[in-house]
This record gives sequence, structure tokens and C-alpha cells, in this order.
Amino acid sequence: MWEYTDKVTDHFKNPRNVGAVENPDGDGLAGSLACGDALRLTFKLDDQKKIDEAKFQTFGCASAIASSSALTVMLIGKTVEEAEEITNADIIAYLGELPKQKVHCSVMGREALEAAIYNFRTGKKLDRQIDGEVICHCFGATDKEIEKVTREQNLTSAEEVTNACKAGGGCGQCVPEIEAIINGVIAADAAKEEKPKLTQLQKIKLIEETIDRQVRPILRRDNGDLELHDVDGDRVLVKFVGACVSCPVSSVTLKDVVENQLREAVSDDIVVEAIS
Amino acid sequence: MNPTVYVDNNATTSVAPEVTEAILPYFTEHWGNPSSMHNFGGGVKRAIDAAREKVAALIGAEHPNEIIFTSCGSESDNMAIRGAVDAMGGHPHVITTRVEHAAVLGPCHYLEDKGFRLTTLEVDEKGGLDLDVIREKSMSGKKTVASIMWANNETGVIFPIPEIGAIVKEGGGIMHTDAVQIAGKLPINVKDTPIDSLSISGHKLHAPKGVGALYVRRGTKITPHIMGGHQERGRRAGTENVPYIVGLGKACELAVERMERDAEHERKLRDRLEAGILATCKGARINGDVGNRLPNTTNISFEYVEGEAILLMLDDVGICASTGSACASGSLEPSHVLRAMDVPRSCLHGSIRFSLGRYNTDEDVDYVLEKLPVIIKRLRELSPFAND
Repeated sequence: MWEYTDKVTDHFKNPRNVGAVENPDGDGLAGSLACGDALRLTFKLDDQKKIDEAKFQTFGCASAIASSSALTVMLIGKTVEEAEEITNADIIAYLGELPKQKVHCSVMGREALEAAIYNFRTGKKLDRQIDGEVICHCFGATDKEIEKVTREQNLTSAEEVTNACKAGGGCGQCVPEIEAIINGVIAADAAKEEKPKLTQLQKIKLIEETIDRQVRPILRRDNGDLELHDVDGDRVLVKFVGACVSCPVSSVTLKDVVENQLREAVSDDIVVEAIS
Repeated sequence: MNPTVYVDNNATTSVAPEVTEAILPYFTEHWGNPSSMHNFGGGVKRAIDAAREKVAALIGAEHPNEIIFTSCGSESDNMAIRGAVDAMGGHPHVITTRVEHAAVLGPCHYLEDKGFRLTTLEVDEKGGLDLDVIREKSMSGKKTVASIMWANNETGVIFPIPEIGAIVKEGGGIMHTDAVQIAGKLPINVKDTPIDSLSISGHKLHAPKGVGALYVRRGTKITPHIMGGHQERGRRAGTENVPYIVGLGKACELAVERMERDAEHERKLRDRLEAGILATCKGARINGDVGNRLPNTTNISFEYVEGEAILLMLDDVGICASTGSACASGSLEPSHVLRAMDVPRSCLHGSIRFSLGRYNTDEDVDYVLEKLPVIIKRLRELSPFAND
């Protein structure tokens, strides 16, 4: 038997705002029959652009119903921009507490809210069903969903993923695949920390600095020099000047000195080409 | 405080008043150790022997000493499976089904992890087994240890254990059956059934929790899992849980006396409850083979609503039932039994098991039939899928 807070029990037994708003401004669905819970959220704005009416229909357990009911109460009176700030943690905080295996109920609330706001802004339905490859067949969770929840909530174990979105909580066959996805996210984050992705402008500046500080002094020793002509993606175009112009080994200098220095300092993908 | 209506007798039963009465003197007066040499202990030993005879009588065992008292059905299952594999030596092939109780699946998966070959048999949509597959698997040339339940706890579906046992024995294997749900509800006779071991649990038949038994046919080798004592003829060491063993004996005696009457009583109540629910609740369907199940059990799915929500609303009006629904258990897994039966997704999450018992009344059924349709209607109104 789950231990629910009085507030969860109250919102389950006396759910607020049940049903669907007529001619809604926003209409979003999260979850599915296959998942074992689903929530349709509809809302309508008043003249002040504030949410005047919000209603829910939920297929799910007591905490799914309570989370949905709580969400509608939290939405009423807010602008869409304010509503957009509501996270699943806010829903849990409103209810006091949810058992950790029930956290996914609040995540479903957040997802339905996203879907309803997307519908309000675009007039289109947000379709999550076909996004990615299904990893967890028990709950129909895809690799992209698992990756998203892992990244957003900084999850580090399959158990945490299960609590957040149910994936892996059924037969358990997909747990190794979920672990692989988690490891992928963690590795990608670690890689990002090592070499931050540069904007094109930052890249050009870094190339310029590297050439000035580490390349030109070497060439100048032999009365040579070069100028940075252009940067096109990872292609760096340089123009040899001075002694380098007539040097028979300038092509070796280009690869061994210029390209190597730039690859080490900027990116492994740099290719240097000389123009005349 | 007693619930208003208890219809969850497959989970546990109340201790019969006759059983409580039989137990109490073994706390207050006859508290001796049955292993003692003095007559004070000797009297207690005789009480255990009498209980052993009563358990043997319920299941039709030829020799009372084929009964080993244990602490619960789960212990009996573990002992039967691991003890048989151990005693057989080598690497026997373990056979079980997808719909077993966790107390059987647990040790089977443990053995699989240890490198034993495990075959987990599929069931059809009615929850039945394909005997040809069992024949093929148990004739695969390797020695086998099979553990296949007699009746399913969630659906009540009964497996043809006499036929299955014959197939396994023909292949030279060891056959264990978990009879926790059927014992005391329908007649069973181990002497004439080709099985080697059988588990029962006290609290499913009006004895207390904390006592069970394992039948092991004379000549069948089972390595004990608790060693270091001569109790239960060296097959399960440890000073006996005397009061509860006496209680289990009394409960088995009552079950023998009342079985036909109780089964008929429970069947009538169950059938009326089931018919009433199907007539008054939209989107209700029965799971499992209705022509071949325990007389007291019904497993009903309610389309587009979720089991935990139903259960909590029933609980709120004092009705105790069960769900195999994901959200009610720690694991999130929808009932492994209903999944194995390929129950449609729309029904998988909203199943409720009602299991009737000896002490249920017509009024109990009336009360459930009064409250349940209102709850289902209310939850369907909340659901985004049940617009029709």
C-alpha cells in the first residue's frame, strides 16, 4: 500500500476541474493506454491573457489523478508564460510529496502542459509517439524520451529513469539499453566540459590567436610568414608570404606546423589549405 | 477493526475460530520442546504428529512422514526447487511457467543466473498450457526439475497437473507443484497424482501466517536448506513452530470436513458477483478460462480505468480486493500473469481480483454490487479514453 499525503488523497478523492474545456485555447495529451496512464489537459484564456479555465481527464492511478487535479489548480490565474515555468517538481511540492516510484505522474503533468502550450502557440498537436525508437516495450518509451528525461533530471541510474518515466519498470529486459543511453548522456556531457563547442566567431578568434602566438614565430625564424585569409567551417585558408612563398617545403610546413598546431588548440576537424 | 467486506481471500484468510481455539493451549499450557525426553515435551511431539496426519489427509498423502512443516508457502517452493536441483546433481534443466508465483520464479531465475538452463513455458490467452510443448521440453534428454502451479493465484485458472506430472515423470524428471491456492478449495490426491513434491501455505486456508508444508513423496531426494537438527527427520532443522503447526493441522481437518460445502458456497457468491459486475459495469471483462478455475476467484478487467484507483476507492468504502495492476506494486509492472495471457492494453492496467471465502455472505456481494458500479462510472468519467 502506498503512503500518500493528505493532499494527494484529497485531490484523488475530490478531483478539481475534471473534464474538457469547451473550445479550448490549448489542448494537450501526454502518456497513452499502453503506458498505463494518460492525461489530457485543456485550458482557456480570459481577456487579460490569463488562464481562466483549466480541466483534465486522466487515465491512471491515484497519484496520476491527484497530479492532474493539482496542475489545473496551479494553472488557473497564470499567464501562459507563467504557466510554462511550472515543473514536475512544482507539482510534487504542491502535493507535499509523491512516492519516488510515482514521480512519473508529475512528469506526465508537465508533459501534458508542454503539449497544451505547444497546441496554443501553433494550433498543432504535439505527437510524441513516433519520436525515436521504442526501447521499453512494456511502457512504449523511446530512446529519445529516455535521453530527454535523463538529461533534464540529471539521472544516473536505470532505477531513476524508471521512477521518472516508467521505462524499464516492466519486464526489465531493456534495462541494459537504458543504462547504455544513460552512459551515452553522461559521456556526451563530459566531452562537452572538456572541449566546449565554439561559435564560429570564437573559433575564428582562437585560430587567429593560435597562428599569431604559435605559428608565425616559427615561420619568422626562416624569414617566412603567413596571413589568415578565411575560415569556412573547419576549413582554414591561409596565404604564405615572405620566404615561404618560394619555399619548396611549404606544403610540409602547412601540414606539420600550421595544421597540427590548430588541431591541438581548436578542433581535431581543422583542415588547413594554402591559397596563392 | 474488520473491514466492511473482505473479498481478498487469495491474499490471506482470517484464522478460523476453531483454529485459534486449538492453538492457544500450545502457548499457555503445552509449551514444551517436542525434542525433549520428558513426557512434557513428548505430549507436544504427539500433537505435531497428529497435525501431520491431518495435513496428509487433506492432500491424500499415503504416509504422514511425507509432510515437512515449513514457515510458509514460499519456503516450501524454494526448498522443493533448489533442494531437488541440488540432490539431482549435475546441471538439470529447470522448467516452469510464466504465470507462477514469485516464490517459484525467484529460485528459478536464481538457478538460471547460476548457469542452469531454464525453460519458462508460455500460456495462451485463457491462461492455459500447451502440453505438447511440455512433452518436447521434458524429453530433451537432460534430467529435468519442473515446477508448475496447480491453480493460479491471480486468475484461479487450474493446470492439469495429473497430465503434466505424467509427462514430466515419463521423461524421468522431478515434478513439483505449488498447490497453495488449490489446497483446501478443491480435492487433491497426491498419492494418485504423478508428482514428487507439493507446497501448501497455512494462511490461505484459515490457519495463521507463518506456517506451511511441503509434501515430498517417499523416495524423492531433496537436499535440506536448513541443516543442523534432526527435526522433520533431518529434512528441515529447527525447533518446530508448535502452535502454528497444530493450527495448520486443525485448519486442514476443517477443510476436509467443509470442502464441498465451502466450494459450493463460494462458487454461488462468486458467480453472482461476477454476473452482477458484468451487467452493471461498462467495459468489464473476465480474465482467464471461466470453465476451468477455482470456485472462489474472479479476475475482472475494467477498460480505460486503472486498477490502483479502483482499489483505493473500494478501500474507501471498506471493500478489500486486489489488483495485479502496475501502479499498486512497487515494480510498476502490470500483472505478469495477465501480460503472459496477452490481455489487451486497454484492460491490462485495470484488473481487479475478487476472491471469496468461507465467511463471505450474500450481503457482502450485495454491498460490492452496490458500490463498485458507481466507482467504475466515476473513474470512466475521469478517463480521456472512455468517451463513448
